[in-house]
Amino acid sequence: MTVVNATSIDEVVDALRRLPQARLLQGGTDVMVEINLNRAGAGDVIALRQVSELRRWYVDEESRTLHLGAGVPYAELERSPLCNLLPALAEAARTVGSPQIRAAGSLGGNLGTCSPAGDGLPVLSAYDAMVHLRNADGSRQMSIHDFMVGVKRNASAADELITGISMQLTRGFQGYAKVGTRNAMVISVASACLVHDSERGSIRVAFGAVAPTIVRARNAEAWLAENVELVGAIDVSGRLAREFGERAATECTPIDDHRSTAAYRRHAVSVLAERLLLRAATPNTTGNRAS
Amino acid sequence: MTPSSSPTSTRSDVNGVVSSRGVLGVSALRPDGIPKVQGRFAFSSDAWADNMLWGATLRSPHPHAKIRSIDVSRALAINGVSAVITADDVPGQLTYGLITSDQPVFARDVVRYAGEPVAAVAADHPETARRALDAIRVEYEVLAPLVDAEAAIAGSHPTIHPDGNVIRRQRVVRGDQTFIGDVVVEGTYEIGMQDQAFLGLEAALALPDDDNGGVELFVATQWLHEDQKQIAACLNLPLDKVRLTLGGVGGAFGGREDISLQVHCCLLALKTGRPIKMQYGREESFFGHIHRHPARIFMRHHADRDGTLRRVEARVVLDGGAYASTSSAVLINAVTHMQGPYKCDIATVDGYAVRSNNPPCGAMRGFGVVQACFAHESQMDKLAVACGMDPVDIRLKNAMRTGDKLITGQTMDSVAPVERCIRETAALPLPPLLPEEPDVLQLPGGSGLTARRSNVKRGVGWGVSIKNLMYSEGFDDYATARCRLSNGIVTLQFATAEVGQGFVVLAQQIARSVLGVDTVLLEPISTAIGSAGSTSASRQTWMSGGAVDGACRVVRERLFEHVAQRHGLDPLRLVIEGTDVVDSMGSLRFSVAEASRDLVFDETFEHHHRATEELDENGQGNCHVAFAFVAHRAVVDVDVDLGLVKVVQVATAQDVGRVLNPLAALGQVEGGIAQGLGLAVMEEIVLVDGKMRNPSFTDYLLPTALDAPDVLVSMIEEPEPQAPLGAKGIGEPPCISVTPAIVAAIRDATGKDLSRVPVRPQDIVFG
Ligand SMILES: Cc1cc2nc3c(=O)[nH]c(=O)nc-3n(C[C@H](O)[C@H](O)[C@H](O)COP(=O)(O)OP(=O)(O)OC[C@H]3O[C@@H](n4cnc5c(N)ncnc54)[C@H](O)[C@@H]3O)c2cc1C
Repeated sequence: MTVVNATSIDEVVDALRRLPQARLLQGGTDVMVEINLNRAGAGDVIALRQVSELRRWYVDEESRTLHLGAGVPYAELERSPLCNLLPALAEAARTVGSPQIRAAGSLGGNLGTCSPAGDGLPVLSAYDAMVHLRNADGSRQMSIHDFMVGVKRNASAADELITGISMQLTRGFQGYAKVGTRNAMVISVASACLVHDSERGSIRVAFGAVAPTIVRARNAEAWLAENVELVGAIDVSGRLAREFGERAATECTPIDDHRSTAAYRRHAVSVLAERLLLRAATPNTTGNRAS
Repeated sequence: MTPSSSPTSTRSDVNGVVSSRGVLGVSALRPDGIPKVQGRFAFSSDAWADNMLWGATLRSPHPHAKIRSIDVSRALAINGVSAVITADDVPGQLTYGLITSDQPVFARDVVRYAGEPVAAVAADHPETARRALDAIRVEYEVLAPLVDAEAAIAGSHPTIHPDGNVIRRQRVVRGDQTFIGDVVVEGTYEIGMQDQAFLGLEAALALPDDDNGGVELFVATQWLHEDQKQIAACLNLPLDKVRLTLGGVGGAFGGREDISLQVHCCLLALKTGRPIKMQYGREESFFGHIHRHPARIFMRHHADRDGTLRRVEARVVLDGGAYASTSSAVLINAVTHMQGPYKCDIATVDGYAVRSNNPPCGAMRGFGVVQACFAHESQMDKLAVACGMDPVDIRLKNAMRTGDKLITGQTMDSVAPVERCIRETAALPLPPLLPEEPDVLQLPGGSGLTARRSNVKRGVGWGVSIKNLMYSEGFDDYATARCRLSNGIVTLQFATAEVGQGFVVLAQQIARSVLGVDTVLLEPISTAIGSAGSTSASRQTWMSGGAVDGACRVVRERLFEHVAQRHGLDPLRLVIEGTDVVDSMGSLRFSVAEASRDLVFDETFEHHHRATEELDENGQGNCHVAFAFVAHRAVVDVDVDLGLVKVVQVATAQDVGRVLNPLAALGQVEGGIAQGLGLAVMEEIVLVDGKMRNPSFTDYLLPTALDAPDVLVSMIEEPEPQAPLGAKGIGEPPCISVTPAIVAAIRDATGKDLSRVPVRPQDIVFG
């Protein structure tokens, strides 16, 4: 077992070339659980904790694009200033585990694991985020929609490091809501992220834990765009919001398991989509709450 | 645990009373409190010995299978593996059990639940031990599991154990069996399988004697002497060759009454001649201990039009899982408590505890009464509706009193302030209405941010319960304690398992009160002294408290005799005042330290409760020792569309006899409420065809701080004359009627007819 305590991205990709079977370790909040569960040894490990490049973020003002290092912990996402730039991501971050988990866990790890219940992922999907990857030969970027391919499967190669995520900042309401069977520190039974881009006039909705991977309710989004003026402040009736939720829910393929039932999950995302749309329509009284 | 001294503590207790001496009635500091908070307390999993090996257990993946063969040769060949043992290595009795010895140390021919031990290994490292387990080859012939309790009763499934598929059937039949009430309500209620989920996992360290002729075991358990008896029988050793010392225990709730790793650990130590350490991880813990019985209860209540309860009918089915454990006692608790804390003259109760290929079930806080209470309290609400009464009024109308006859024919001779429990609970303030802009974290769904104020409906519900204290049906669960006074310092010895409830501080408080000392040392909790009985059944304050009190009183008598003789006084004139011995009719006064200088007073005392009887075939007999009562009122906020619940407040008035340590009492009440809340809305072991689907804290959900309600408590102090300190046990009642109270509140908020706990979001949405 080799442990590489890398301090730069170059060192990481170099180590990955030599040890393509190695496990990348950021917060370890998935890796350690998996090692314990599978009762297997850790094997080779490349630790990312000391790679400060992965902890950085910045906004490219010209393109209004936010670049987020893969190792930025949830604790930072939930706090100012990031929570003001990406309120939905902050809300999602706040739902992850406990303060200890949020101090360690990262979006890079959420993407690496690629669980359909990963709380960062519906937000990245609704933002149409780009995932930035690098190996010893160079870098590439990929749409989040192409990156997530199945239950705990993603499109990165064994020798690739996720360096970060980028997304266009939007104006307008955005929110995340997650159903679990207790009031904190719970794995998602169903979740939803809604982003209103009031400048370009679109509403994007993504669901977690209701299909093998994150679902974008594209048909419902299109239906909404046909029926509601989405540039600027929006105006929706309760009836329309309900229909939007119902339509969006039909785009999921949930399952029965020990956490919940398919029928409940489908129902839950329908309610969440409806509520988030209503919040988007009346952001003042039901606005974002991040922290 | 090392003997710990407790210097005088000064602190203000929850009632604001300041005591400098940590006597009875104040919130004396626990000797283990600060070490626990600082992380310095040695839990049993911290035990360590030079040269020790690690033990590990191989478990069946199948709920029901024949074992064709077990090949351990590849495991033994692994470097670092010292021993592999199976049923063939058990020198004594092949089975153990608290009431019936029916559970194999290792499965030999057949496995009866998924997780049943098949073999154990000892190795130089936990990782080596794990590889050794993987290398053991077991050939199984998988059989159809019996997982339906009704099939076990009907006899439609082949017998899965030589003792049969029904562990016990017990009826309770009393009064006119043809009586039909003016008002009749009925329902069928289901209770899911709850886990004790103690935080300190199972762990033990076994040290073989030099000649391998005996063993010493440090273990986290609830009853050292019962463990000792069962272990010795399996090891084929005399009792004195199996010596137990309590390892630091991190919670129990009934889950440590049964043997788990004790015999395996001792067997490996004797086989290898080396110290053996065993400890379970969280997942293994779910397989390693018994759980609360899942139950299905049909009930029919008959009442007069004015709401007077006349007759209860019930059919109770408890799924005991693969082995008997305490199922038969849990069953009698359930069937004898079906009337609830209400006067009722006619009963027709039929109860079964059955065997299945589900995980074994046994003791858990509330012990059968939790299941009964969910049914009878749901019924009382139905009855209230049918009679057009308020849920509080119908309970007040029927509230049991001292002197009433129970459905077993036993006369209620405990203090029975049921009416007062209800009235004092009702008098506690309701929480304020939700503000216009509430903190969204406090709404149902919490940090998931699912709800806004407009999505939330509030509900209020009630639950009242009766719970027996101590062991029943003729069992003499006595307790022993020893008190030694010398130079003003008391040393106490007892085998009472301290599992977190705080007996260690209570014992010190008793000694300080009775003997006027400040310093009370505690000997290690071990089998070096007589039995204390189990730390369960809400019994240790009463039983071991009675024994410590008794031992201290005898020592005080000896001290007084000595002082009286020296000063030519009648010993009856002497009393303890503060830390002094005082002549109540004269001027003599000197400190207990002076009075006991260079002397040793050493006395041992056994406390026995009054005798009880077994039930006859109609469930008649004086089977219980005493009872305690409690009322709960729950206020919930429900997101009706999503079926999510936030328990806002629980108000409770509990019949405690006397508060001996206000902070410890409050801890029991708040903790019990959290546990009952867990059963109401989230805690359940999910089984599919006998296999556990959620043996982890990822998926077996326990309430977090955000789920815990505000708790308002009124302690009802009417000293119980039967109890040595006037105090009733307070451990179990808090978790019993809070569950039906919360469910009633959810029904009130949603209008849904919820008949199963835990209430799941889908039950609310689609129910
Ligand atoms: C108690 C607890 C509660 C939790 N609750 C939640 C929850 O509510 N919601 C939720 O979504 N998750 C939850 N999780 C899971 C976990 O915290 C998240 O998935 C988190 O995002 C993982 O991040 P990490 O940095 O710890 O990843 P790690 O464990 O370090 O890594 C996870 C995976 O990603 C890979 N990886 C990490 N960084 C990179 C990178 N830069 N490039 C390529 N691959 C990489 C690793 O090799 C590994 O396969 C919980 C975990 C625990 C233990």
